[in-house]
Amino acid sequence: MKEADKAQNPEVIFVSGPVVKASRAHLLSMNEMVEVGAERLVGEVIGLEDDTATLQVYEDTTGLKPGTRVIGQGMPLFAELGPGLISHIFDGIQRPLTELKEQWGDFIQRGKTGTALSRERVWQFTPTAREGDKAVPGQVIGTIQETDAIVHKVMIPPGIAGTIGKIAGPGGYSLEEEIAVIKTSGGPRSIRLFHRWPVRQPRPYVRRLMPSEPLLTGQRVIDTFFPLAKGGTAAIPGGFGTGKTVTQHQLSKWADADVIIYIGCGERGNEMTGVLTDFPQLLDPRTQRPLIERTVLIANTSDMPVAAREASIYTGITIAEYFRDQGYDVALMADSTSRWAEALREISGRLEEMPAEEGFPAYLASRLAAFYERAGQVKALSGEKGSVSLIGAVSPPGGDFSEPVTMHTKRFVQCFWALDKELASARYFPAINYLQSYSAYTEAVAAWWTERTGPEWEKLREEAVQILQEDSKLQNIVKLLGEEALPDDQRRILEGARLIKNDFLQQSAYDPVDTYCMPLKQFYLLKVIIYFIRRLKDVVDSRIPLFRAMELPVVEQIHRAKYTVSGEDIAPFEQMLKDMDQQVDQLLSRNQEANHGV
Amino acid sequence: MAFETTETAAKGVAGTGNTSSAHLEFVGLSKISGPLVVIEGIRDVGFGERVEIVASDSDVRQGRVLAISEKAAVLEVFHGTSGLDQADTRVRFMGRPFEMVVSKEEVLGRIFSGLGAPLDGGPAPFRGEARNVNGFAINPVARAYPEDFIQTGISTIDGMNTLVRGQKLPIFSGSGLPHNDLAIQIVRQARLLTEESSFAVIFAAMGVRHDEAEAFRLSFEESGVLNNVAMFLNLADDPTVERLVAPRVALTVAEYLAFEEGMHVLVILTDMTNYCEALREVATSKGEVPSRKGYPGYLYSDLASIYERAGRIHGRKGSVTQIPILTMPDDDITHPIPDLTGYITEGQIVLDRMLYQKNIYPPVNVLPSLSRLMSDGIGEGKTRDDHRNISSQLYAAYANAKQVERLASIIGEEDLSVTDKKYFQFAREFEKRFVNQAKDEDRGILETLDLGWELVMMLPSQELVRVTPEQVEKYGKASHTCNQE
Repeated sequence: MKEADKAQNPEVIFVSGPVVKASRAHLLSMNEMVEVGAERLVGEVIGLEDDTATLQVYEDTTGLKPGTRVIGQGMPLFAELGPGLISHIFDGIQRPLTELKEQWGDFIQRGKTGTALSRERVWQFTPTAREGDKAVPGQVIGTIQETDAIVHKVMIPPGIAGTIGKIAGPGGYSLEEEIAVIKTSGGPRSIRLFHRWPVRQPRPYVRRLMPSEPLLTGQRVIDTFFPLAKGGTAAIPGGFGTGKTVTQHQLSKWADADVIIYIGCGERGNEMTGVLTDFPQLLDPRTQRPLIERTVLIANTSDMPVAAREASIYTGITIAEYFRDQGYDVALMADSTSRWAEALREISGRLEEMPAEEGFPAYLASRLAAFYERAGQVKALSGEKGSVSLIGAVSPPGGDFSEPVTMHTKRFVQCFWALDKELASARYFPAINYLQSYSAYTEAVAAWWTERTGPEWEKLREEAVQILQEDSKLQNIVKLLGEEALPDDQRRILEGARLIKNDFLQQSAYDPVDTYCMPLKQFYLLKVIIYFIRRLKDVVDSRIPLFRAMELPVVEQIHRAKYTVSGEDIAPFEQMLKDMDQQVDQLLSRNQEANHGV
Repeated sequence: MAFETTETAAKGVAGTGNTSSAHLEFVGLSKISGPLVVIEGIRDVGFGERVEIVASDSDVRQGRVLAISEKAAVLEVFHGTSGLDQADTRVRFMGRPFEMVVSKEEVLGRIFSGLGAPLDGGPAPFRGEARNVNGFAINPVARAYPEDFIQTGISTIDGMNTLVRGQKLPIFSGSGLPHNDLAIQIVRQARLLTEESSFAVIFAAMGVRHDEAEAFRLSFEESGVLNNVAMFLNLADDPTVERLVAPRVALTVAEYLAFEEGMHVLVILTDMTNYCEALREVATSKGEVPSRKGYPGYLYSDLASIYERAGRIHGRKGSVTQIPILTMPDDDITHPIPDLTGYITEGQIVLDRMLYQKNIYPPVNVLPSLSRLMSDGIGEGKTRDDHRNISSQLYAAYANAKQVERLASIIGEEDLSVTDKKYFQFAREFEKRFVNQAKDEDRGILETLDLGWELVMMLPSQELVRVTPEQVEKYGKASHTCNQE
């Protein structure tokens, strides 16, 4: 490097972990992406003061020396958006991990490496627009079959409008090739198969729509009791070992979204490996294609640099918005948002900012709000309807929900699926506490359920909720006096609640049938249980000991139904309803006969 | 203001502790505070570099660069700063991060300090390659999912919190509880059911008492594995800051043995609480903003940089399995140290003072214990097809039985319902027969599972909701009749 060149660039003047300060800050701008030193470590400008720039470097800074050159990239931290995202795994700043492995081996090294999306790969492009067509931002001008499950729509990037001057014919193109030229008022603009978008800036859309359709997850406690809507937000808080990750995995497997973005944010390496191992083998219940064909993975495991953890959330949501703009329903799982908040705290601490609660920076709440606000169902620029649903895991220290991240998250999400340590330690999964959890979408999705399953849906659900609430009151007495102390009509509630808890709410992620439950099966399973609880009333009213009813063969059938009835087969449930009536009637009449006999 | 004394070209050879092929040497410190010193007037020094601090009496101490600016560097001195003076202390900047030289022949059967210097009178390793003790993150793409069942011969672990190869499964203990005995028993008994292959044990002690370390050494010797063990000792009276390096040196050796030499390595790290205390001490003297209980905000990331160094890699034979031990301050599982550990590790084995007082060994409380990788390490072909269900049934039954115990303490055992009485009985038998076992008792997995069946069969059949009727028929009835005969 010549002295003359060197003098023109900012240089490192201070290093402390991921926080680096550089001279000649007038050459840099706020949030600009930078490359540091010969290894081209990627960083971002996070502060400018008195011609000194504060950088957050996304990679390990060991060995970095004052005097090292810093080169501004002229644009903020961006994501590359185009074909080649689906079924790939990237790190927090969108470095492709599979390619990194090929290049460097099994351990992650630092420094610049190629590009996020492959430049060599050739994609079969089919134009859907013609020369002379009007061109508006977000408009779809062609398609690419990215995987068997996903058609990638090539869009005119936001900000470009005019008429299509030239468009490529059908055929194979690589990412860098020009596939269209748009004549704009400012001159011709070349369109390629991909474009870049700054990750911290939400992508534009026409307008927001109200969520009305449920995002089905196949998990009964969620779909029936605390439903999430497409374009909605949900948080899963829980101490360690309560099953956050298993729940997130279940949702990413079975949610009926078109595209899944899974962000492993500061979590275990083996968990990402688990996803990478399972997803190519598991089939999407709707398309019968491997789940990996609709999934994008972002991994910043807990041993990867902390600054990139902060970026990983934004990289993920930008990719989610990109698919939303193509008219897809996207579900984004972030596991865990607490690690992201802690990354904020760590950087903030190194910047010596004034801390607010528990050392977190004062802007924690506004960052969380900005993140969850990027969810929503929208009319995209392309005119299509698309949605981004956000599901964030929260890891409260000590399982205490009054800590800052949980508290603030609660303010910004509509669904709250509280995980419970006590349920988890009895291996009762999903350990979603049905008394603490809530969903603001129940009313919004009620119409959908009623139409798809039956007019009773709301009534059955309400009745179940009521039984669970009464049960929790009675449990206080049971804890003091034992179940024996209660009269039979109250024990009926306990037995009923037990059926709901064990045979409906509890669901095994590892059972091949039970892992996913179709809406119709959820409805019928609940119906059978609630009908039986209603019939128990007849039994109690006739002064027949409750245990006699619980010994009826149909009870065993109810216990087993979640494992045995698969798909949307409702015949076994119809049969159960018939058997139940017959068996209960028989019990009642025998009792009557016996009474008359006396 | 420091001034430069010598400049010698750095050579590829680097030792663990005492070789001094210095890159740059400066004299004079501008500030000494706790374990930290500040040196000014330096140049060409990198962040995180290893340094040697030479006191005026020629005593050499190890350290590293914590922060660096154009003019000054903040250094962390592992052996403490007492005895250093401002004027004559010399600092050698080594131009490289902290490294450990590793080769199989030179580390196994040996005892080292927390910094990797030999304590057994033998030579410092010099033949192998020098590796950065901070290691590198394993690419998640390269990781192989851990799924090989390790039989420890301990029912509460094998049956209900199964350990698999490449897992990190800590023991959450309290002061005075027999966590060391449990760890020793695991080391002695752990084996795979499928194959035998070369194994090694890496033992890293951080601030433990001399007698504890000695107990480990003796037990390794007794069971004849000492030649496969490398011990890294930072004892209670050794410098606290050295504790921050000890686990990293140990794991560097473990990774080398696993991924280069193809060995299956079991790493015991004890006591992680002392490690965290040392981290807090250094963070406080740096004047950092504390988060919970005075621990630095990056405690999670820092612990993760240790715990994540476990696992398996595609195409490589070996594995690193970690059993860190930590004592929960005041037996509080929500304390930041166990709490953050639990968020990183793949489960935890929790020891319980109540069980210990009931004279039950090992006093493992299964309810808060967990092994996240269990479901992939068990089942047909690995242990037995009923493993998942019987384990789940035992959990459900024991959790319920504990509630019954609470109820009984209020209304008295006599007034319990018939079913509750059976649960009450179940809890006792479960603790006495399933949890409790002798320190040298090596129970096979099938024995453990059968024992579990025998216990759940004490309960009325309608209570067995987590197992299938076929399994009750096949395993439950069998264990029952066996028992009666």
